[in-house]
Amino acid sequence: MEITLTVNGAAKAVDVPDNALLVDVLRESLGLTGTHVGCDTSQCGACVVHMNGDAVKSCTVLAGQADGADVTTIEGIGNPDDLHPMQEAFRDNHALQCGFCTPGMIMSAIDLVQKGGGSLDETAVRDGLEGNLCRCTGYHNIVKAVLAAQSSM
Amino acid sequence: MASETGIGASVKRKEDARFITGAGNYTDDINAAGQTYAVFVRSPYPRAKINGVDTAAAAATDGVVAVFTGADLAADEIGDLPCGWLVKSKDGSDMVAPPHPPIATQAVNYVGEPYAVVIGETLEAAKNGAEAVDADFEELPAVVDLATAASADQIHESVPNNQAYDWELGDKAATDAAFDNADHVATVDIVNNRLIPNAIEPRAALGEYDAAAGTYTLHTTSQNPHLERLVLAAFVNVAPEARLRVISPDVGGGFGSKIFVYAEETAVIWAAGKVRRPVKWRAERSESFLADCHGRDHVTTAQLALAQDGKFLGLRVKTKANMGAYLSTFASSVPTYLYGTLMAGQYTTPAIYVEVQSLYTNTAPVDAYRGAGRPEATYVVERCVETAAREMSIDPAEIRRRNFIQPGDFPYDTPVALTYDTGDYEASLDKALEHIDYAGFGARRAASESAGRKRGIGFSCYIEACGLAPSQVAISLGAGVGLFEVGEVRVDVTGSVTVVTGSHSHGQSHETTFAQIISDKLGVPFENVTVLHGDTGRSDYALGTYGSRSLAVGGSAIISATDKIIAKGKKIAAHILEAQEDQMEFADGTFTVVDSNQSITFPEVAFAAYVPQNYPLEELEPGLSEKAFYDPPNFTYPAGAHICEVEVDPDTGVVDIVDFVAVDDFGHVVNPMIVEGQVHGGLAQGIGQALLEHGVYDDTGQLLSGSYMDYTMPRADDLPSFTVDTTVTPCTHNPLGVKGCGEAGAIGSTAAVMNAVTDALGVASVPMPATPETVWRAARGE
Repeated sequence: MEITLTVNGAAKAVDVPDNALLVDVLRESLGLTGTHVGCDTSQCGACVVHMNGDAVKSCTVLAGQADGADVTTIEGIGNPDDLHPMQEAFRDNHALQCGFCTPGMIMSAIDLVQKGGGSLDETAVRDGLEGNLCRCTGYHNIVKAVLAAQSSM
Repeated sequence: MASETGIGASVKRKEDARFITGAGNYTDDINAAGQTYAVFVRSPYPRAKINGVDTAAAAATDGVVAVFTGADLAADEIGDLPCGWLVKSKDGSDMVAPPHPPIATQAVNYVGEPYAVVIGETLEAAKNGAEAVDADFEELPAVVDLATAASADQIHESVPNNQAYDWELGDKAATDAAFDNADHVATVDIVNNRLIPNAIEPRAALGEYDAAAGTYTLHTTSQNPHLERLVLAAFVNVAPEARLRVISPDVGGGFGSKIFVYAEETAVIWAAGKVRRPVKWRAERSESFLADCHGRDHVTTAQLALAQDGKFLGLRVKTKANMGAYLSTFASSVPTYLYGTLMAGQYTTPAIYVEVQSLYTNTAPVDAYRGAGRPEATYVVERCVETAAREMSIDPAEIRRRNFIQPGDFPYDTPVALTYDTGDYEASLDKALEHIDYAGFGARRAASESAGRKRGIGFSCYIEACGLAPSQVAISLGAGVGLFEVGEVRVDVTGSVTVVTGSHSHGQSHETTFAQIISDKLGVPFENVTVLHGDTGRSDYALGTYGSRSLAVGGSAIISATDKIIAKGKKIAAHILEAQEDQMEFADGTFTVVDSNQSITFPEVAFAAYVPQNYPLEELEPGLSEKAFYDPPNFTYPAGAHICEVEVDPDTGVVDIVDFVAVDDFGHVVNPMIVEGQVHGGLAQGIGQALLEHGVYDDTGQLLSGSYMDYTMPRADDLPSFTVDTTVTPCTHNPLGVKGCGEAGAIGSTAAVMNAVTDALGVASVPMPATPETVWRAARGE
């Protein structure tokens, strides 16, 4: 099955098995290994990317469903010289340790803040990130970072 | 030197640029040309005899490259996975460890144990092949219950009574005498629930074989690649050490579970040699649940003997520890030398006797998980203390004060084999009481009561022993490895510095912390220091990271190497400045002749060392690169006071942590931001144990909590924000005065939470995890 999609602003055409997942397209076909796989039940959120403006768990999207979609991954939101405000907030607030959950956490957090209308408080951030597991930080600094980014985004 | 990037500064992390941009380099991100994929075929039975494994259909499956069983590994003389710590029983006999082939040969002994591995051109082909492997199992009754395991069916032919060992520590007669003279005895019966570590990065391995050179390279998710290499070479017989390179690239969390040498990477690196192509494997989360080593899992009865005034007279502890089906790499040491030795806690208890019977069951192997023995010990001691305080109507803070080892008592020899070097336990308790507003608790409790909710407060004054040491003592007690660390400081020609450490960061921030140390000590700009780790091809033999040792042991090695750099630098500087070596001083990156204005910078000395024109070559080797091995003279003893305040809804059993204060003494702190982060993460895991997490097998030995749908991981909305603070008594025996901070949160917090929950409900005990149902039942007196 050949699908075409826009990834981080660039048009891509990939030939994948019918049962391929979006995360496989990103990691295996396109080499975008910033999107991670941490579980097999759509629970951990390490694979979160944006598809047509929404945060999705890319392990739970079939490649075929992404045909024609506009996908943004962690690699597409900023770079070390020009960070996205959420990336900057994660660094400034020490909201990551091992870094494995971080890409999915940042992508979820951006979506949360973009849709939060600037009114998120700690409880709303905690509720909004309950689909992303982190084993290192206890979420304390992630919550701080997201609230800080809300002010700077 | 107090600087923005030196020791004591909350420097932003070097690591972050790659992690926040998706440029991390984890094992599963690495691919080799022509790689194949491994899928393990795992036992559906907790216990079964293997009558045969038919691989013909699997081998004939499209895209399958090879199928291997345990017999294939055995035919290649691949050895068993060893346990690295020999514990002796009370009667002096050695512990009994059953054979542990990486791929099962005669029998399977837990659900998820691999009995074959299929190598495919693609992952899908390997999975299809795995489906086609046909094994003839003869199912046997499983031994699941720890409490009755000693009298159940014998699992392993070579292990009578399913017992690994029956160990003791302390003075039994003195402890019995203390109980004879006691005014009060507090008794607790405790189940320390089984936990499943769940680093968010699943374990993974990529094995490569270079036929021309005869060398193997294994990329894997290891906390200690040198240990991996040593075991695979010397015990498992994959290849001689010199022909095996193990690389741990970025690793996504470990918490102990990635210390051990597992079946999967063993099979992967061996298979790469057999199929002469790279072999890759990444665990699915379901495999992590089944086949990562689990943690904790004790059943304990403990008694604390007290005098009328609340002084502790004696402590008696009897524990059964679950080893799972096999003895994992360091499993034997966890409920013994990392558990029994901690039973004095922060207290002057004069007589302590600990018995630990370690037993096999048909469950996944149990080994070190964040804290490893010390959370279990803290739970025993602090539940006993809290219980005694309530039974004797003594304030829980006051009873601890009456029993604290005092600052003037150090060094302090406990009755359970340790010598604490320093501490000030009252200082951390006082600070914690202030943060939580202990004086205001009564009013807050009354307000909760009037709202129909129950409020409780719980204390935990923990001690831990970190940076396991010294080598000779540990080896005399059964350790199979030394416990030193290596550090290498390579000064580049232009004066920038590359540090190679044998410790490994899988979230701990070595690249930042160690660069701060170098920047501070050598005056080299922080951005000009690069820290390398995680590669047997780069560093000398080293022990890696576990037990909060990286800074206390690994950092000390770096300091020793730095001292050698400065000493050699002084020789070079003295020659260039035509002064005597003993006239040279070094500070802030400059060598100066005392009482003069003659000086030379560190980069100038480095340049002279590598372009030795004006240089004493007849006396001194060129170059400026030094290495040191550091063997600690003692453990370090981080300690602190954790206080938890909860509100319980008696109608639903939901526990709400309304405040959590952790005041920890880690000695000197290099980067407060990083240390606080370590505490937060530890607290989440300790609170997770208390309220949420439970690795559960049913009566037949099937794992019920085998996915994130069933095993309750702490999520953002399960946890509060924390109040963390520190006190400082510098470690007396390492050059940085540091103690280690990686495990404290997980060690101290669990008891604080459970003391708070029981206080809220006014009941003697609540089993962990204190789920809403459990708490609801306890609130109703069930």
